[in-house]
Amino acid sequence: MTNIPLTNILFLSTALFFIGAYGLFTRRNMITMLMSVELMLNSVNINFVAFNKYLYPDKLGGVFFSIFIITIAAAEAAVAIAIIINLYRSHHSIDVEDASEMKY
Amino acid sequence: MSAASIIFYIIAAFILGTGILAVTTRKIFRASIWLLFSLIGIASLYFWMQLEFLAAVQIIVYVGGIVVLIIFSIFLTIKSGEEMPKPILKRNIFAILAALSGLAYTARQISLYPFKKPENSAAFELKVGDIGRQMLSTTDHGYLLPFELISMLLLASMIGCIVIALKQKEPVNHL
Repeated sequence: MTNIPLTNILFLSTALFFIGAYGLFTRRNMITMLMSVELMLNSVNINFVAFNKYLYPDKLGGVFFSIFIITIAAAEAAVAIAIIINLYRSHHSIDVEDASEMKY
Repeated sequence: MSAASIIFYIIAAFILGTGILAVTTRKIFRASIWLLFSLIGIASLYFWMQLEFLAAVQIIVYVGGIVVLIIFSIFLTIKSGEEMPKPILKRNIFAILAALSGLAYTARQISLYPFKKPENSAAFELKVGDIGRQMLSTTDHGYLLPFELISMLLLASMIGCIVIALKQKEPVNHL
């Protein structure tokens, strides 16, 4: 536990964040884009928890932030999936290229 | 190298490997299963950091809630056995370049920044009782207001989901 410096955990979360960003750039399917966003949110959670544990061990702020982020991520995923299902009903596709009525 | 650091590197490799597979595999159902493994890896990282409560929340909400929701929506919308089309080569190259340059820049900033150790090196301990007390207290380090706001947000998003996903009576006009 004490052997691992804080920077290693931050490297891990940075790599996870940019994996999620890569997925968000390349995927054109809405559900897989949502999965990439979940990965990015999780990497931010790791950051909050690691900062709290290593730099401010007498407080609990980071843990609370992670709990609230998890809650908001759950709400966001539910709303996004409701929108995706509604879009599939009207367009019969969940590809972002096919939903272009509001693009311009 | 102690056992704890070896376990950390194993967990890190697991999270990153399954994360990469989740964003690159072309079968959508497999992508969701790889995402599930990546989230379990993050929960085990919380266990490794001795944050048992947060690991439990992670498993319950993400693994038990969000991934199941995603799998259901895959079943409801697309044929799960089909392969997704390959990303366009130009877009793929630029996405890799953007991700790698961002990663290099952030990693360099992290490695240059001198993180100071706290003076009072009190052992970090996460008690569920403390979380509950702070969550509902109105004093200096209380989180009662965000707690109430979050509950309102959850209620609003729940009602919003029901309204959005309701079946319309008449078919939607195609533009």
